[in-house]
Amino acid sequence: MNDDAAIAANGHVSFLDYQGKYKGIRAWILSTDHKRIGIMYLFALITFFAIGVTFGFLIRLELLTPGKTIVEPQVYNEFFTLHGVIMIFLFVIPGIPAVFGNFFLPIMIGAKDVAFPRLNLLSWYLYVTGGILIIVSIIMPGGPADTGWTFYIPYSVRTTTNVIATGTAAFLLGFSSILTGLNFITTIHRLRAPGMAWFKMPLFAWSLYATAWIQVLATPIIGITLLLIIVERVFGVGLFDPALGGDPILYQHLFWIYSHPAVYIMIVPAMGVISEIIPVFARRTIFGYKFIAFSSLGIALFGSLVWGHHMFAVGMSDAGQFVFSFLTFMVAIPSAIKVFNWTATLYKGSISLDPPMLYALAFIFLFSIGGFTGLIQGALSVDIHLTDTSFIVGHFHYVMFGGTGMGVFAALHYWLPKMFGRMYNMKRAKVAFWIIFVGFNTLYFPMFVMGWLGMPRRYYDYLPEYTVYHQIATVGSWILIIGMGIMFTNLIRGILKGNVVTEKNIWGGETLEWATDTPPIHENFEEIPLVTGTPYEYKQNDIEELPEEVIH
Amino acid sequence: MISQDNTAVHAHRDDIGSRMGMWLFLFTELLLFGGLFFLYSVYRFLHQADFHVAAKELDIIIGTFNTAILLTSSLTMAMSITAMSRDNKKLSISLQVVTILLGISFLINKYFEWMTHINHGIYPGSNDYLSMDSGRRLFFALYYVMTGLHALHVIVGTVLIGIMTRFTVKNVITHDSYVKLEAAGLYWHLVDIIWIFLFPLFYLIT
Repeated sequence: MNDDAAIAANGHVSFLDYQGKYKGIRAWILSTDHKRIGIMYLFALITFFAIGVTFGFLIRLELLTPGKTIVEPQVYNEFFTLHGVIMIFLFVIPGIPAVFGNFFLPIMIGAKDVAFPRLNLLSWYLYVTGGILIIVSIIMPGGPADTGWTFYIPYSVRTTTNVIATGTAAFLLGFSSILTGLNFITTIHRLRAPGMAWFKMPLFAWSLYATAWIQVLATPIIGITLLLIIVERVFGVGLFDPALGGDPILYQHLFWIYSHPAVYIMIVPAMGVISEIIPVFARRTIFGYKFIAFSSLGIALFGSLVWGHHMFAVGMSDAGQFVFSFLTFMVAIPSAIKVFNWTATLYKGSISLDPPMLYALAFIFLFSIGGFTGLIQGALSVDIHLTDTSFIVGHFHYVMFGGTGMGVFAALHYWLPKMFGRMYNMKRAKVAFWIIFVGFNTLYFPMFVMGWLGMPRRYYDYLPEYTVYHQIATVGSWILIIGMGIMFTNLIRGILKGNVVTEKNIWGGETLEWATDTPPIHENFEEIPLVTGTPYEYKQNDIEELPEEVIH
Repeated sequence: MISQDNTAVHAHRDDIGSRMGMWLFLFTELLLFGGLFFLYSVYRFLHQADFHVAAKELDIIIGTFNTAILLTSSLTMAMSITAMSRDNKKLSISLQVVTILLGISFLINKYFEWMTHINHGIYPGSNDYLSMDSGRRLFFALYYVMTGLHALHVIVGTVLIGIMTRFTVKNVITHDSYVKLEAAGLYWHLVDIIWIFLFPLFYLIT
């Protein structure tokens, strides 16, 4: 059955009920529909996120008291490595592009699918294979890697744990990320609907475009670096091993040439989500559309030039340090442009504090703290004091979790009703938000304080004077987990049993996904739309109010 | 080429899009090797004399021969695409087969070249390898890793062209739809051009 015939046979049904070539589970795992792949990513992602949270919880539990609390030091090292690897490679990097980018990018630019649907499915398989390999490495003899997610040489060559399995997994995940990136770039170049000029694209599409370029241009570097670790471990060629004349600092350069831009792979799509949500819930046209669009590209460009700030304490020439420090301050500018534009959009807006908006506002607040503490470490003299303390742990959790994590939660609350045609409980979503917000700050803020006082990161044991901060943080982790438990239960219950939503435009958004059916039909549009206006014209707003019984 | 459908209106056929995707993928391949070229330049800078001496141990004749083989194979690959665009299926198939054979002969040469070094006791982990000067060792480390990764790409390339030959036989690739063959050709040219850089860096600069 070819596609046209299949659509004709199915008539006007959502992609969830669509009957293609395959039935049952195979209709999902063999589907090349970008929406189904997006949802498969969502479930895989949430599963891995839950595992990552578990390891985070265990780390905090171990740090509740000085000395041994629950596990031996070796196991603790494996905990923070697994937490880092799972969260970074399986949750934060793929997070928004793979789930919401896949689902909504084609719809937002008025396309039927991505440019390479089968490649898209292959990316998902690579992602799941990588994820499973990391999980399997836990039970393989030798135990999971204990190097930290950075795999620094020489330790990653000497340790007897399963660095090869984890490295291979990260390589596969990088491959998956590259394929998604090149798919999105081609999609945006080739499949925009008639009339959808570059500057009529939604800002989420812009942010995915910038991200995709970083994915394509930076990820191969980590690919070769991880391959070299594997080669180093298997054959002992000595390219990085100082015992054989290699230079471990070169490893760090290669590692951070990718891994710093990767930070922007993580955050820029979340910024795109926020740029969508803020104008919708403030009922205002976005302030400074072009500046937000170009600042994404600016971040992509400057973000590729600042990797050296991870290595200030490693050994680098003064001139090198100065340049990297300067560029680090420069990269704050495009991020600040976005924050200012969002707040300018809020100004005199008619703000409704629905759950997506709450998470978006939390993003701005927490990301600002994370960003400013980043600048503190960008200053050379201060960084010497703060290097490898829990200050940096606080900083990147405020940026990555407070930023990208909140971005994912915002996107979930914003788009899930569109994806599944069912509504979660609004009141419970708001309660969960406040618990998460309180738990988050209780968990991560003490890290700034104890880091400033000298508490090193990744340490198993600590001096008694740090006990109080560790205990506050650990209690915070419990609050945060309770909040997320309520949030996910509410969302999953919403997907399964929530009130049915058929209104096309529940929030009053002006981007194309709100012009499609809820949930969207197979191939998204009955007729490819002709785009005439820009995506944020709220003056001619036609929101379809949800009936009261759907919300509660 | 003119006969190809270049518009994106038909969702399932977009040759320009396919080529764009392939080019992006080739960028990533270049960057993958870029990390190694970066290591090469740093270590060459640090150990100029050792690299100078070690390079003389490579067999420049085999290297030149292999360069000629790969350049010729790129030519036959390009010709097979042109043949296909002119609807000469038979010629295209035989040119693809010649390309594959050239690729395989490159690998055979490479095998004998590596075996020569290995028989001399120069391989990672050997006693000679562990006891030599670090500059010379880094030269051979880079030599093995870079030509090894390149050989891996030659293998992937020949398999890829093999699949294309099958597609051509089965008329999946036809004279008005041969973007797959073009993509395989682009990949093969990439394999060729990387060798064009590896050859002088390891064999010629002594």
